[in-house]
Amino acid sequence: MIAALRHKRFAAIGLLALSGLLLWLMAHLVTARPGILFWIGVLVLWALVWIGNDALSGIRTSSPLTTRLRNLAVPAIFGLTLLLLWQLAVKGFGIPLVLLPAPSDIWSKLITSLPTLAADFVQTFLRAVLPGWALGSLAGFLVAVLCDAWGFLRRGLLPLGNLFAALPIVGVAPIMVMWFGFDWHSKVAVVVVMTFFPMLVNTVAGLQAAGHLERDLMRSYGASWFDTLVKLRLPAAMPFIFNALKINSTLALIGAIVAEFFGTPIVGMGFRISTEVGRLGLDMVWAEIAVAAIAGSAFYGIIALIERVVTFWHPSYRSRKDP
Amino acid sequence: MILAATVTRPSFTGALFAGSALPVAIIVLIVLVVWYVAAIPMNAVLSQPLIDQAGGGLANTLSISWSLPRPVLPAPHQVMAELWNTVFTVAPWRPRSLLYHCWVTLSSTLLGFMLGTILGVALAIAIVHVKALNRSLMPWIIASQTIPILAIAPMIIVVLGSIGLTGLVPKSLISMYLCFFPVTIGMVKGLTSPDPMQLDLMRTYNADASQVLWKLRWPASVPFLFTSLKVAIAIALVGAIVGELPTGAQAGIGARLLNGSYYGQTQQIWAALVAAAVMSSGLVWLVGFIERQVARAMGAKP
Repeated sequence: MIAALRHKRFAAIGLLALSGLLLWLMAHLVTARPGILFWIGVLVLWALVWIGNDALSGIRTSSPLTTRLRNLAVPAIFGLTLLLLWQLAVKGFGIPLVLLPAPSDIWSKLITSLPTLAADFVQTFLRAVLPGWALGSLAGFLVAVLCDAWGFLRRGLLPLGNLFAALPIVGVAPIMVMWFGFDWHSKVAVVVVMTFFPMLVNTVAGLQAAGHLERDLMRSYGASWFDTLVKLRLPAAMPFIFNALKINSTLALIGAIVAEFFGTPIVGMGFRISTEVGRLGLDMVWAEIAVAAIAGSAFYGIIALIERVVTFWHPSYRSRKDP
Repeated sequence: MILAATVTRPSFTGALFAGSALPVAIIVLIVLVVWYVAAIPMNAVLSQPLIDQAGGGLANTLSISWSLPRPVLPAPHQVMAELWNTVFTVAPWRPRSLLYHCWVTLSSTLLGFMLGTILGVALAIAIVHVKALNRSLMPWIIASQTIPILAIAPMIIVVLGSIGLTGLVPKSLISMYLCFFPVTIGMVKGLTSPDPMQLDLMRTYNADASQVLWKLRWPASVPFLFTSLKVAIAIALVGAIVGELPTGAQAGIGARLLNGSYYGQTQQIWAALVAAAVMSSGLVWLVGFIERQVARAMGAKP
């Protein structure tokens, strides 16, 4: 019975590979306006890939390595299928470039305009996003520690911080551009203002996270406020701090790009996107979006990896049995 | 902290010092003072010639620095005056009125918020019920938020505009994309929050999946839903404002910001910012109010 079930699963995965390959071939060979049979074929193959992927996600694995491989493969196959369907739909229905470019068009544009993309990446990401993110997060963290040391400040600043964290702070972009000029300085300022409040609110919440028992233990050791902070409460606050760092990583990218709408030198991701939209060069826009998406995901991923190392003790990272 | 403040409340003055009303008031006061003082050096480029012309002196410095027509940093009372002029002295349906622009932004915010909530809840229900979706869709939903959607906003508006969709809908779609994410994440957590005992009980009742959903999972997820909705409505407003930037500044809070920055109308920018802040906190308060009503209707103790 179990052996038969296992056979079925392997058959499903074989099917997945085969139909995926066929779909890929179709995406390559497709020309404008194919017949109805072609689209039926596409739908059938899509359904087969879906069934195969479903079977793959249901496989019971024994070693952690294969589990990890499976957990990576399932979403990857899902994403690749979507890309293939995108390519098929654009080429098959003959959708014009100004509406939606196909993935292959975007890729060729990306390859041919690497120097421009690199310059934009340096201007927006390395000069504006990273310094602004670091400065804003650091400032929020320091003010949070001050708040913690001085209860009056916490009671006064925290309600305001909670209020500001929910406000559309990105609106300060025109003011910052007016104050700090068109170059990257104004973008750094916007990012600092945007990332400050999430960090403040989260760190203050995190510093309250250590339990009463642990705090009493520290007091019975005769530990000073500083010792308690460094040895108990900051480590306990780390999940909250990393949460804020992750929120801030996406906020920073948004802030820097939006600030470029209000004035910029002739380089930068936001500038390139708005000018290329004006010239209907949608393939370049999508190439820029691809770069932004990869940079944003990598940024987020690196923070998540560091978090995993620093807060290895947190329950969400302890190994658990795969259901 | 809130509990402690409500339990130990001996007198009004005691509550004032133990609670956060007084500290907040003092911090706000400090901010106002710093703001007024900072306005003097920041406006110096513009105000210095005028001050010299008027003969210098402290009185002249203050009065001129705080009443420039296009200051680098307007004084708080100038922002309030601009708000008063654009809200109360102009009919609300005229494009000169700030209320008109607020309404334009608010309508696309609310439409986007509604669409985003529906999409978010639907995705969460699908993810909870279909295991393959949980494994394959969840990573992409998270990845979708690392893409700076606000950067694609101009493109979405241009593309939708070229197939005939203009005005409200494209902005709402940007709001929707931004605010479905917290709803999905919160609802997946909420729908899976009933503990196994309760799920087992439903099984002994021979309940089918839809009965489990409507009688157990949905009521259990209501607190998670409202927490997510508060985040979502604030983001929806940001999405609507940014969605207005590339449309060529016709109407809305975003258009006010852009117009103000083109023509150096700083007071207009600050007034638009204050309006956005009031709208944002009002919307979050409204969701919180509905949450309390729903909690009471569901039998929660106040």
